[in-house]
Amino acid sequence: MGEWFSEIWRSREILYFLAWRDVKVRYKQAVLGVAWAVLQPLFTMVTFTFFFGRLAGIPSDGVPYPLFSYSALLLWTYFSVTLAQVGNSLINNSSLITKIYFPRVLLPAAAAFGGLLDLVVGSVFLIGMLFYYHVTPRWTMLLSPVFVAQTVLLVMGVGMLLAALNVRYRDVKYTIPFLTQIGLFVTPIIYPVTFLPHRFQAWLALNPMTGVTEGFRACLFGGHVDWSVLVCSWIVTLLLLALGSLHFRSAERVFADIV
Amino acid sequence: MTESITVENLSKRYELGALQEETQLRDQLVRLLRAPFRKRAPKEILWALREVSFKVDEGEVVGIIGRNGAGKSTLLKILSKITYPTSGRVRTRGRVASLLEVGTGFHEELTGRENIYLNGSILGMKKKEVDVKLDAIVEFSGVQRFIDTPIKRYSSGMRLRLGFAVAAHLEPDVLIVDEVLAVGDAAFQKKCISAMQDLRGGGRTVLFVSHNMAAVENLCSRGIWIANGEIRLDGPTHEVIEAYMASFASADSASNEITGVDGRRGSGEILYTRVEFLSTERDLQTVTRCGKSLVIRLHYRANEPIERPSFGVRMYSDMGTLVTDSSTWLHGLDIPLVPAGDGYLDLEIDSLNLLPGRYYLSLWLDSCVIRRIYDALEHAVHLDVEEAPIYGSSRRIDSRYGLVFFPQRWRLDGIGSGPTLEVSPAANA
Repeated sequence: MGEWFSEIWRSREILYFLAWRDVKVRYKQAVLGVAWAVLQPLFTMVTFTFFFGRLAGIPSDGVPYPLFSYSALLLWTYFSVTLAQVGNSLINNSSLITKIYFPRVLLPAAAAFGGLLDLVVGSVFLIGMLFYYHVTPRWTMLLSPVFVAQTVLLVMGVGMLLAALNVRYRDVKYTIPFLTQIGLFVTPIIYPVTFLPHRFQAWLALNPMTGVTEGFRACLFGGHVDWSVLVCSWIVTLLLLALGSLHFRSAERVFADIV
Repeated sequence: MTESITVENLSKRYELGALQEETQLRDQLVRLLRAPFRKRAPKEILWALREVSFKVDEGEVVGIIGRNGAGKSTLLKILSKITYPTSGRVRTRGRVASLLEVGTGFHEELTGRENIYLNGSILGMKKKEVDVKLDAIVEFSGVQRFIDTPIKRYSSGMRLRLGFAVAAHLEPDVLIVDEVLAVGDAAFQKKCISAMQDLRGGGRTVLFVSHNMAAVENLCSRGIWIANGEIRLDGPTHEVIEAYMASFASADSASNEITGVDGRRGSGEILYTRVEFLSTERDLQTVTRCGKSLVIRLHYRANEPIERPSFGVRMYSDMGTLVTDSSTWLHGLDIPLVPAGDGYLDLEIDSLNLLPGRYYLSLWLDSCVIRRIYDALEHAVHLDVEEAPIYGSSRRIDSRYGLVFFPQRWRLDGIGSGPTLEVSPAANA
């Protein structure tokens, strides 16, 4: 395992160039360019605010509903979009895998890092919203990157698992959009955790994105923090990361033969 | 001498048929539901490599030759760590660069310059190295004008040159090259070969796979011939190439039995059995000279009646260049039915306008009506073309002057026919 990490470290420039390629290519010939990074969560937020905030009257823990949903959507959009890219990173680069050697894990990693640009652009918009809604600045806001980092780890963990399975079973490709679609509803994005009956709340905590979303919001808006949810979320994240990398390690020897 | 590459008892097994069928989880589930206790169908096993061992010293340039499917590519893939051996081990010393393809990782949407960085980094160059070598790479590629244009606008030749330019600046300790020279125009091939020769001068270890025997002979000091996943012969390049070439055809160059040639493809309903080189009088022709006539007689055996086949011959130079392709189909000949049994066709060439050298014939037999290749033999036989005073002069005209010549004459009537130019004695002095 140590050798694995040192090799990845030596090849970090490839990671940079692969991520750079993904980012460059994504917005080439797109007139709106990187604005898409904001437009996607923005329109989702507007739709949610109208249907869930206004019409359905779902509570938002005292935070304006647009801010409440956008803050969660920012991380969720990164998670769902990037997970699809990480999960397909190996099969989309099969011509590389069969022609040249480099640590294979750089492909999912590059996809995970490449997605961060969108997140950064979307965050700038979030900061604008914080000003617009006159949210009181608090020192805990500085902790919010911790939850961004957790999302990246989670994407890597689940993504490595899916990417490696995808090489052998192309079913995974069709499963990912389905998974993220369900995930949108079993993560407290549209609603606060407290909106659910108490007996469902514990189940919701098993979804690591629940802790991420709750923690991220708590950093920005303050309020009650359920530490057990955060701890549970980190444990699940680290377990998935371990599972993902172990499976990836054992599967990568045959990637070139079966991709 | 330190060893640069050590290969010990390397074997690689592929399980055929198992892959496609399992890529859908559904298929596995269906099979499980249908017959939960039945054992899986036995997989067809292919040993791409079997117990291969050799050592390469530092600075050695080794050519690996063999037919398609002999295991050369698998060997290179294992040496470059792309795939893992089933058993055995490989040790390499120093920085290894492998070129199984030119321009690996090129992205259509990126510019030439961006692709140099991307490709260079994937091949193992540091960004700083690319910064330093960028100008030289661009210069070598000859695509300066388009360096900031996305490569989707490039021609395939430009792409190739750009890819090779990056590769030529790698400076690895061990270089593994697969057939990348087989593509591209002659001028570019020359450039690549001289770049490879520089590598050789630089004390690098090079493993080189090619079908281009002239290139192998020029570049390599040692040859390894791989057949059916095993090393058939390992030794001085010249000897190995000779033995390899001899395996294509029988020693008698005028009448070539090809029943024993391995590495043939096709469904086999009808097969080539023998090739004869004859004179126009249909006598065996032991010496073929340039500019003279030649009859190529193709013997076949049809195991069943064959409707509308096409018989074809391709001629290649010893550098692997296709000189000409001829077939009954190209000539618009319709052969309604070939009855079962033996027979032959004659290809009459009035004037064999080839310059002296060794040429190889590949034979084809396919169908004009269905998509089927009955028989295909690569480099089935060779044809040695001997010198002849083709231009009526006593000058020695050999392969240095090209592959072909045309019936031609020089007219000198125009010399001195225009107004005479005054030349002052001072200008001559």
